Amino acid sequence: MIDGAEGGAGTLGWGRERDGVRVLAAMSGGVDSAVAAARAVEAGHDVTGVHLALARNPQTYRTGARGCCTLEDSRDARRAADVVGIPFYVWDMADRFHEDVVDDFVAEYAAGRTPNPCLRCNEKIKFAAVLDRAVALGFDAVVTGHHARLGPDGLLRRSVDIAKDQSYVLAVLTRAQLDRSVFPLGESTKAQVREEAARRGLAVADKPDSHDICFIADGDTRGFLAGRLGEAPGDVVDALTGAVVGSHTGAYAYTVGQRRGLHLDRPAPDGRPRYVLSITPKTNTVTVGPAEALEVSSVRAERVVWTGGARPAGPVGCEVQLRAHGDVVPATVELTGDTLRAELGRPLRGVAAGQAVVAYRPDPAGDVVLGSATITA
Amino acid sequence: MAYLDHAATTPMLDEALEAYLAAAREVGNASSLHAAGRRARRRVEESRERVAAALGARPSEVIFTGGGTESDNLAVKGIFWARRSASPGRRRLVSSAVEHHAVLDAVDWLVDHEGAEVGWLPVDAAGRLAPETLRAELAAHGDEVALVTAMWANNEVGTLQPVAALAAVAAEHGVPFHTDAIQAVGQVPVDFAASGVSALTVTGHKLGGPAGVGALVLARDVAATPLLHGGGQERDVRSGTLDTAGIVAFAVAVEAAVKGQQEYAARVAALRDDLVERVRHAVPEVVFNGDPADRLPGNAHFSFPGCEGDALLLLLDAQGIACSTGSACSAGVAQPSHVLIAMGADDDRARSSLRFTLGHTSTQAEIDALVTALPTVVDRARRAAALRTPR
Repeated sequence: MIDGAEGGAGTLGWGRERDGVRVLAAMSGGVDSAVAAARAVEAGHDVTGVHLALARNPQTYRTGARGCCTLEDSRDARRAADVVGIPFYVWDMADRFHEDVVDDFVAEYAAGRTPNPCLRCNEKIKFAAVLDRAVALGFDAVVTGHHARLGPDGLLRRSVDIAKDQSYVLAVLTRAQLDRSVFPLGESTKAQVREEAARRGLAVADKPDSHDICFIADGDTRGFLAGRLGEAPGDVVDALTGAVVGSHTGAYAYTVGQRRGLHLDRPAPDGRPRYVLSITPKTNTVTVGPAEALEVSSVRAERVVWTGGARPAGPVGCEVQLRAHGDVVPATVELTGDTLRAELGRPLRGVAAGQAVVAYRPDPAGDVVLGSATITA
Repeated sequence: MAYLDHAATTPMLDEALEAYLAAAREVGNASSLHAAGRRARRRVEESRERVAAALGARPSEVIFTGGGTESDNLAVKGIFWARRSASPGRRRLVSSAVEHHAVLDAVDWLVDHEGAEVGWLPVDAAGRLAPETLRAELAAHGDEVALVTAMWANNEVGTLQPVAALAAVAAEHGVPFHTDAIQAVGQVPVDFAASGVSALTVTGHKLGGPAGVGALVLARDVAATPLLHGGGQERDVRSGTLDTAGIVAFAVAVEAAVKGQQEYAARVAALRDDLVERVRHAVPEVVFNGDPADRLPGNAHFSFPGCEGDALLLLLDAQGIACSTGSACSAGVAQPSHVLIAMGADDDRARSSLRFTLGHTSTQAEIDALVTALPTVVDRARRAAALRTPR
């Protein structure tokens, strides 16, 4: 993985800039990464801009795409680099992206889990394939426009702009990855970033945020999965009665906690709405039930990453978040080997396997990411 | 700063720039009937005569265009359409596998949209199309062929094609022959009439003239259907108000480049040979691509085993050294060069390539800068490429 032996490991956090550091700015074509690159230049770093080409066939993303890898985004990134005054290149990461993010996304859904592709892209592409290549080419770190704080103490914290905070999708990063990452936007709100972009003459200042999954141009995740996995009709079963209450064309298209689009043939006996409780790929069954059956008071997770200090030997009181922009609840977290167990202070609904559990330590200077793991049950 | 990318574009010659400015200050549409128009027309026609004289053509054979891509498209599509109209059975295009995209994509477009057929002729390991290969193709398909097109000199690896011999084979079958001579004019002797070709593409910015102006030299007996319709300014084959200043500067540059060709080629080839020798010394594993002798004087093209060309380019760029991966871009993403693939290189070798091209402003110091930077750059690029190995 990352060669941490040389260069600025541990010395690159925003707020302790030093001159002469070579950084690679990942530029999506959006406003955040453009301002991040500009700030890195102003901090005295030697900055090179790179746009990641993630689509195998850019033409397929050309029309109507709202993601982060259209030709228009590439041009926007190039113009931003011109304005900022840095060299700019396009790196072809399409094969890696398809293997590590798109194929993984499809496989996870096929296995009845709910992946977060942005998180996977950070883990495998931006702060792995790109960072590794950058380091090999003599760069010290990667700069991105993520809204999160990474200060002199090396701790990853929530952005001051809680609504835009992206610490959740960065919490999978290891110590070595964080040591070579720079997030210049963590102390700013999105509004401030846009204002600054306008002041700097960046044309992307008022470019709309991207929301959808970048490789699903039309936003139709179910259609995308159906195209990849084919139709597989099966039953929708009521958890309480065991009765078949409907049918589906592929269990992979469902997510725990989902209510819409179930198309049940019969109302539940109690007349209340039904939610997806679980997906069983083996029997191609979607199980539904009442809202309270969704409630979970403990989660098990694997693939632990712990960056918020020494790995705890016993139970730790903290807060946890179980999906992007999801509720934050108090919890007790305990690590055993590569397994994390969290006892939630109050039950949460819609906890899906495949999502990350991220543990935070509340802190007035920005809640600190302690660690993360992938939910298995 | 070391500018080693003259094949992409080369600085304008002072005399061309001055001629441009002088002409651009004058008003006058060369198609107007009044005195100002006549003055502009006169400058255009004088320029046409200069270009014709420099290239061994008659003035009436010089059609000014908006540059190399337009000239290639006009030759390929225009001659194809005209030939097909005259004899509907002639729908086949014959071309080499190493053409520039301005030719390749025009041919592909005709195949996709106009019912054309195509014979892509293979090249040898140096990138050369053998006259025998063309002869065999025409023996099999001669009466179906509308046009043969093969470049004079390859823009990536610099290999020269035996254009006169190829044109002679085409002539045996009565098939018009077009050559893209964009990289050749001013670098090697180019004589339209003596070469026997029917059409020849030349452009300004590769030889010290402005970008956006060029010519198709088209033999008088070869018909071409226009791409652009309008005023019919150029022999009714090309419409559009003539760019008087651009044409004047283009003609000055063509004349100067052709006049100085021998001296230029000797000087630049000596620099190039020095570059090649020192690069080989600095990076002993390099593979030199293209014909070792029969090539453009300013072109040096290498594969650097274990590296990716775009990583090398980035690292050299950071040292102020400009070169090219020589490959086509779609959305800025480098594809492995079709030229190297056609020469038998595998994907890795094709992706590991860099092109260094010298020109009229090249100096020894630029080569020194390259050779000094290269070992570290190659080492880093190799480390980066090693990450690509399957996990």
